[in-house]
Amino acid sequence: MFARRLLYWISMAAGLVLAIVPLPGWLDPFRPDLALLAMIYFVLTSPRIAGLGYAWLSGLFLDVLRGMVLGQHALGFLVVGYLTHKLQLRMRMFPIVQQAVIVMLLLGLYHFLMFWIDGLTGHGFTGWVRWLPVLSGALLWPLVVALGDSLTRRTS
Amino acid sequence: MVELSHDSRPIIGRGPPLTAYFLTLAAISVGLMVADHRYHQIDRIRESLSRVIYPMQRAVDFPFRATDWVTGSFADRSRLRQENLALTARLRLANLQLQRFAVLEEENRRLREMRANTAAIAEKVLVASILNVDLDPFRHRVLLDKGAADGVFKDQAVLDGDGIFGQVSKVNASTAEVILISDAEHAIPVQSNRSGVRTIAVGTGDQNKLSLPFVTVESDLQAGDLLLSTGMGGVFPPGYPVAQVSKVKRAGSTFALVEAKPTARLDQAREVLLVWFKPRAEPAPATADAPPTSSSTRVDEPAAVAPPAQAGGE
Repeated sequence: MFARRLLYWISMAAGLVLAIVPLPGWLDPFRPDLALLAMIYFVLTSPRIAGLGYAWLSGLFLDVLRGMVLGQHALGFLVVGYLTHKLQLRMRMFPIVQQAVIVMLLLGLYHFLMFWIDGLTGHGFTGWVRWLPVLSGALLWPLVVALGDSLTRRTS
Repeated sequence: MVELSHDSRPIIGRGPPLTAYFLTLAAISVGLMVADHRYHQIDRIRESLSRVIYPMQRAVDFPFRATDWVTGSFADRSRLRQENLALTARLRLANLQLQRFAVLEEENRRLREMRANTAAIAEKVLVASILNVDLDPFRHRVLLDKGAADGVFKDQAVLDGDGIFGQVSKVNASTAEVILISDAEHAIPVQSNRSGVRTIAVGTGDQNKLSLPFVTVESDLQAGDLLLSTGMGGVFPPGYPVAQVSKVKRAGSTFALVEAKPTARLDQAREVLLVWFKPRAEPAPATADAPPTSSSTRVDEPAAVAPPAQAGGE
């Protein structure tokens, strides 16, 4: 159980680190929200341990890392975590492609929230480029699941 | 396929009421955002969180620093020698200019003292390096490795060797976030070195371009003009190069389309200077109590070009 908990925090840290690693210029807009994907995965597999508090904290750390308005990503992560929680019993039954579609919808909602809050706080960037992470995140979902499954099997 | 884990939760009747929990956290998030954006009240929370985050930023930065160090220590001798020669030559040239500047600076100070106007000259400079951390692809921000512990403060001016770089937008315990002059949210008052025209240079979101949206068609600006900071607003020290006018198009009826290229190397700089300077003692009354010299105040400003040489005086 302890190993499990450790795994959650380590993967959160890894996701956050990957959120600020410099990428080559052309790849930068595609940067997937790995912290968010990891959070969705853990909320799906073990909602009792990785709950809303976990989701919210990941988002809060991301806010500080990126120097955004405090609470912006926290709210985004929270909303996505809540919906995942609500959908988990159904989502677990879905084949992987269908799961990826749901994840894409969740990511879209998340980015819409970010876009909206950016607009309210005066940082609006309206280019279509900002929606690319939704696509790259959904495409990466099967990989996240495979990696997560192998890691959790090893720790339990 | 996501597999069920052993802690799979009973469907009914256990755990905290999810929706209540969600609403509480959501309310806290919204409260935080309002407090942060409207009232800037929670810098302390941010600072303590940033202490937790700092090792991560360091970890991301570390490989880049390590490769720098490795390539630096294994550089071959002939290259180092060549570099050394080039630097010595440049230093000699710079020293020569510095001697002239020293005389000019002294003269400038005396003249300013006569007008009872304290010159704004950088008093203290701190070298900070830029952490290799990507904050947001759509905003031009960088993270420095100096923070509140080193005396960095909000709105502090940041320069590099070639001109004005940006200003500090957030201060954490041991890091500081800098907004570059090319960020779309940034604007800086500037003045043409040649004609003395004052205007405002606004960032465009493109690192090689500033736009000057408030230049009238008649105003005397040409491509190639050097734009210096005016020191108005008290954020930037006056007289440092900001950008060079690259394009002037007088098409419309009122405003000309003017673009300028920043002189600071915004995309390449690895190390920048944090500057402490004494802001000028309110310039408005100075011109008000001496109306006859008002025509000379315009000329006086470009003459105040502080040599960027005090960088040595740490």
